[in-house]
Amino acid sequence: MSASSSAKSGINFGRYILYTLLALFCIYYLLPLYVMVVNSLKPLSEITSGGMMSLPQELTFAPWQNAWSKAQVGVEATGLRPYFINSIQMVVPAVALSTLLGALNGYVLTKWQFRGSTILFGLLLFGCFIPFQIVLIPMARMLGLMGLAGSVPGLIFVHLVYGIGFSTLYFRNYYAAFPTELVRAAQIDGAGFFTIFWRILLPSSGPIAVVCIIWQFTNIWNDFLFGASFSDFDSQPMTVALNNLVQSSTGVKEYNVHFAGAIMAALPTLLVYIVAGRYFVRGLMAGSVKG
Amino acid sequence: MGFLDIKNATKSYGAVKVLHETNISIEEGEFLVLVGPSGCGKSTLLNMIAGLEDITSGEIAIKGRSMNGVKPAERNIAMVFQSYALYPNMTVKGNISFGMEMHGMPKEQREPRIAQVADLLQISHLLDRKPGQLSGGQRQRVAMGRALVREPDVFLFDEPLSNLDAKLRVDMRTEIKKLHQKLGTTIVYVTHDQIEALTLSTRIAVMFGGYVQQLGTPKEIYDDPANMFVAGFMGSPSMNLFPAKIVAGANGPAAEVTLQAGQTAQIPFANGAMSSHEGREIILGLRPEAITDKDGADRNSQSVHIVECPVEVTEPAGSDTFVVTQIGGKDVTGRFRADVNVKAGETFPFAFNMEKAVVFDPKTEDRIR
Repeated sequence: MSASSSAKSGINFGRYILYTLLALFCIYYLLPLYVMVVNSLKPLSEITSGGMMSLPQELTFAPWQNAWSKAQVGVEATGLRPYFINSIQMVVPAVALSTLLGALNGYVLTKWQFRGSTILFGLLLFGCFIPFQIVLIPMARMLGLMGLAGSVPGLIFVHLVYGIGFSTLYFRNYYAAFPTELVRAAQIDGAGFFTIFWRILLPSSGPIAVVCIIWQFTNIWNDFLFGASFSDFDSQPMTVALNNLVQSSTGVKEYNVHFAGAIMAALPTLLVYIVAGRYFVRGLMAGSVKG
Repeated sequence: MGFLDIKNATKSYGAVKVLHETNISIEEGEFLVLVGPSGCGKSTLLNMIAGLEDITSGEIAIKGRSMNGVKPAERNIAMVFQSYALYPNMTVKGNISFGMEMHGMPKEQREPRIAQVADLLQISHLLDRKPGQLSGGQRQRVAMGRALVREPDVFLFDEPLSNLDAKLRVDMRTEIKKLHQKLGTTIVYVTHDQIEALTLSTRIAVMFGGYVQQLGTPKEIYDDPANMFVAGFMGSPSMNLFPAKIVAGANGPAAEVTLQAGQTAQIPFANGAMSSHEGREIILGLRPEAITDKDGADRNSQSVHIVECPVEVTEPAGSDTFVVTQIGGKDVTGRFRADVNVKAGETFPFAFNMEKAVVFDPKTEDRIR
C-alpha cells in the first residue's frame, strides 16, 4: 500500500519536472512570436528607447496599416499588399496543380505499373534532392524560352516542377497501400482510367492530400530564392517584398512596420497549419505505416 | 462448344510459366469451382477469364465470342473479390449502382434493379450506409449485390468466403448455393477450401503447379481421383495413402501391407481387380469412411475385409471417432462410429471396404486402373 503510493508520488514528481521543462521550452519557442506581435503594436519610439520585451504602453495599429498599404517596398510606396496578392496567385495554382499531378503520378506508379516505372519513380525522387541553386541558370533560360520570365505563371511553373517530386512520393506511398482489388472491381464495372482516379482514388485520399497541401503550401509560400531570381518588380512574392521592405536603405528603419510585415508573411502558413494540422500527423502515419 | 470455353490457355510471366495449357469447357448454368493450394494458378486463371490479366497463348471464349483482347468491362462478367473491394467512399447503393452507371444506364432504370437485388439479398435497410459501417457478412452481401445487379453472363468469385468467420462462412456457402439454384447463372468460383468446392460445384477443376490435375463432377473427383495429389487434397480428413504390394492371394489379387511391428497382412481387392499388376509396388488409397469398425462398415459392399490393427490414437469428434493406426509407416485414419469402444494401445479389428480402394503408382503418382 505504502510502497504503491510512494511510487505514485514519484511518478507525479517526475511529471511536474517534465511539464515544467516542457513549459519552459514552449515559452522559449513562443518568445520570438511574442516579440514580433508586441513590437508590431507599439510606436517606433517605444522600441528605439529600449523597450523590446515590454508590452506596448500605447497600443497602435498604424504599423500594420503601414506595412500593408503604405510602406516603401522597392521603388514605390505600395505596402506589401500587391506582393501578398502575387504570392496568393502563385501559391494556389502551384499547390493545386502539383498535388493533383502528384496524385495522378502516384496512381499510375502503383496501379498501372509499366516497364521502368520503378526507375522513373527513382528519378522523380532524385529530383526532390537536387539543390535549388543548380537549376537557377538553366531554369532562367527555360523560362525565357517559354516567355514566362519575370511573371507569376513562370513562378508557378518553377514551383510545380519542383513540387511534383515530393507530391508524387506522398501519393505513391499512400496508394501503394490502397487495395488494387478496388481498381480491378472498378475496371470490371466499366470505369476507365480517369474515372477510377476521380471517383474511387481521389475521394479516399483526404489525409495524404492534406499532408501534401501543407507541405507544398509552406515550401512555396516561404520560398525566397526562386522568388528573388525569377520575378520582376510587379511579380515579386511576399518573401522578396518583405526583404526589400526590411533592407530598404532610405529613411529611418521602422522596426514596428517590419515586425508587422513579417507577421503578415508568416500568417498564411500558420493558418494552414492551424486549420489542417490535425490531419497532418494522421496522414503522415497512414502513408508510412501501411506503405 | 460450351458457354464458357477455355482452350489451351496459358500464362507466363517472362520465362516463368504459371499456367500450363488449360482446357475447360462448361455449359450455361454450371457452377465451376477452381480449387487448389495457393500458387496453383487458380486465381490467375480467374483473372484471365475476367480480363484483368492477359492470356499468353490460347483462347477464352464466352458464349462463343472470343474474349482475347476484350476489356473486362465489355465481357459482361461480374466479379466478387476476396476483400469484397467495396468502394469505401460510396454508400452501399452507390456501390451497387456504380457498374450500371458506368455502362450508361439511366437512373430510372437503375433504381428498380437496385431495389430488387437489395430485396433478394436482404440488404434494403443498409442502402444508405458506407462499407465501413457494415459487418463482414453484410459486406459480402453487398459485394454479391454489386455483381448480381449487372445480370452478367458469368459470375466470377475469388475466394469470397475466406474473410468470414467459420460459422458465417457455412451460412454464406448455403446462401450462394441457394442463389445459384434460384437464378441458374453460370459461375466460376475460386477457393482453396475443398469442402466449399465439393458442396457448391457442379464441376470441379483441381489445380496444382499450374496444371489442371483433374476436371470432373464432385463425385468423380472424390471417388475417382486421377492422381495422388487430387486424392490427398480433396476430402477431410484426407484420403489415407499408404504403401502396399500387389500379391496373388487365395481369393485373387490382394494388397499386402505392413502393419506395426513388421507384421504383414493381405487385403484382397474387390472383384479381382489389379490382376494384371501382380508383384507391383503401389500406393493404396482409402478414404477414412472406407476404414471403419466392423459394424460401421458399408452393408452394401461385397468386399469388406477385417484386419486386426494396433490402435495408436483415438480422436472422438462427436459424430464419429477417428481411429489412427500405422500401415507401412504412414498414419492411417479410420472413421469409426462415435460410441465404439476402442482404446489407444490395444489391437482392434479394422474393416477395410476395398470397393472404395484406389491404387496409385508410387513414382508417377498417377492412378493405376
